[in-house]
Amino acid sequence: MIEFSKPVIGYAEVWPMLLVFGVACAGVLVEAFAPRRVRYATQVLLALVGLAAAFVGTVMIGLDLNETAGGAAKGGITAEGAIVVDGPAIFLWGLILLIAVGGLLLFAERELEGGVSAFAGQAAALPGTEAEREASTRGLDHTEVFPLMMFAVGGMMLFPASNDLLTMFVALEVLSLPLYLLSGLARRRRLLSQEAALKYFLLGAFSSGFFIYGIALVYGYAGTMEFGGINEAISNNTGNRTLLLAGMGLISVGLLFKVGAAPFQAWTPDVYQGAPTAVTGFMAAATKVAAFGALMRLYYVAFGNERWSWQPMLWVIAILTMLVGALLAIAQSDIKRMLAYSSVAHTGFLLTGVLGAQSASELSSGEITSLQAVLFYLVTYGFMTLGAFAIVSMVRDAGGETNHLSRWAGLGKESPIVAGIFAFFLLSMAGIPLTAGFTGKWAVFAVAMSAGAWPVVVVAVLTSALAAFFYVRVIVLMYFADPVGAGPSVTLPSVLTAVTIALGVAATLLLGIVPGPVLDLAAHAGEFIR
Amino acid sequence: MSTEPYIVLSAILFTIGCVGVLTRRNAIVVFMCVELMLNASNLALVTFAKANGNLEGQVGAFFVMVVAAAEVVVGLAIIMTIFRTRRSASVDDASLLKY
Repeated sequence: MIEFSKPVIGYAEVWPMLLVFGVACAGVLVEAFAPRRVRYATQVLLALVGLAAAFVGTVMIGLDLNETAGGAAKGGITAEGAIVVDGPAIFLWGLILLIAVGGLLLFAERELEGGVSAFAGQAAALPGTEAEREASTRGLDHTEVFPLMMFAVGGMMLFPASNDLLTMFVALEVLSLPLYLLSGLARRRRLLSQEAALKYFLLGAFSSGFFIYGIALVYGYAGTMEFGGINEAISNNTGNRTLLLAGMGLISVGLLFKVGAAPFQAWTPDVYQGAPTAVTGFMAAATKVAAFGALMRLYYVAFGNERWSWQPMLWVIAILTMLVGALLAIAQSDIKRMLAYSSVAHTGFLLTGVLGAQSASELSSGEITSLQAVLFYLVTYGFMTLGAFAIVSMVRDAGGETNHLSRWAGLGKESPIVAGIFAFFLLSMAGIPLTAGFTGKWAVFAVAMSAGAWPVVVVAVLTSALAAFFYVRVIVLMYFADPVGAGPSVTLPSVLTAVTIALGVAATLLLGIVPGPVLDLAAHAGEFIR
Repeated sequence: MSTEPYIVLSAILFTIGCVGVLTRRNAIVVFMCVELMLNASNLALVTFAKANGNLEGQVGAFFVMVVAAAEVVVGLAIIMTIFRTRRSASVDDASLLKY
């Protein structure tokens, strides 16, 4: 008889995440029991209050993390070794929650479609049938999107905070499954949206198959799933190294798929184009933040002693990702596809930061670490992406959003403010000085350079120049091209979308002009706990 | 007891699943091949649990089953919607999004 001892869950450290999951469950109950007319308001309020409370909790927990590992790291491992709440985890939680608030406001937007949300009135009604028309004349809404989004946010918080491979796998699925469904729920162009969901789901499930098989192999090598234990097994060099290398490779496939790195980027443009724009904005920003957090924790903590095996692989992947993203973005004629390929290129830049990992002894004092650089880049990337997609959702004609680039010609004359804000986001993505994108790029290039990855940095600088071409092309199109036909029109959104855009503009501008505080915050977060 | 044959079997199952995903046209069959990959991982997990003499792998296998069940719910919902709209579950037919 094995004695059963009660597990200790560190509720004091993990409650923001549990709160998000709790709100998601409460949202499901609201969906089941509340009458239809109050559901929308209840769901939005519930989710917003939940996210805000979780953010406050994250800040509070972040303020009183104890220093460990001689001051290099803060926080501790909790929930029986399954979850680690350390500085970087708290940083990422805060960022994910802020992006989630922006995403929630985009989800709740009802002005653009004239009183209904951007999600299908009744997903079960077939496109083009009487049932669908009835659902839209009755003004039905799928308010299930709010609990789905909260489940995804919870999974995203768990993903970078997981301390063993199994928790990481579960978190990956918890964040992915709601996103598959959300991508298929667009109100307009439903065939595209359903196809996006199918592609995202099949490829996502395929990649998670690789991920779990890799986990099994690494477990076979190390005899444990905990990151600390794996790291120890690697430094003791016990076990069969073939298992380790194969397992590392397969796990990397799963993670690189999630961040959308080449050669696993094929789903990105299709899903970003087909999904409702609010979902695209939220998922492009928040999934990348969560997945990069998890990727870094896995590589730095579990495989830290095996750096010489994964760094060359990341060199190749980063170079390939940047080239594929920038080259294919040039050829796009759809604004959402172009932004999707641009996000692939950004993945490459982020990987450039990740491969700049060095041990503490190799760094001169005051130099920024690769973790710090990537965290900073994620902040800049998250807000400008969310803002850019919010703008995309506003440029419309009678048939819904007009995503074809030719319809964007002359937007600068039609609506100088919207075009100006969009141009600002594009300039930031291109990395023009005095915007957030420049500081972020400078940070990741600097750490890669100091780690001796100069070939990657050279490619990165060249692809930045290449990428600037297609960003500037859109700006030229908006300001200096004559509109085709009636020209583009901008539908004024409610205050919800406006707040999200304002958040994006403020973050992009502030991080460009005074990047210091956020860089300090990232430095203050310290290292991952090993 | 040697654990090697079980690992070899799991690798074979994983490969069959992987090849199936890449070559089959019907979304349901593609999805079943993904499930085969997950089950191959389960076999590897329990075998390594036996070899390592701890329970983590077995617990992992349970979690993978739960995740697979959740994936079935979401996946079949998506495939059903596509099938009802297009009257076809072929992954080649869904080809509006490209380039």
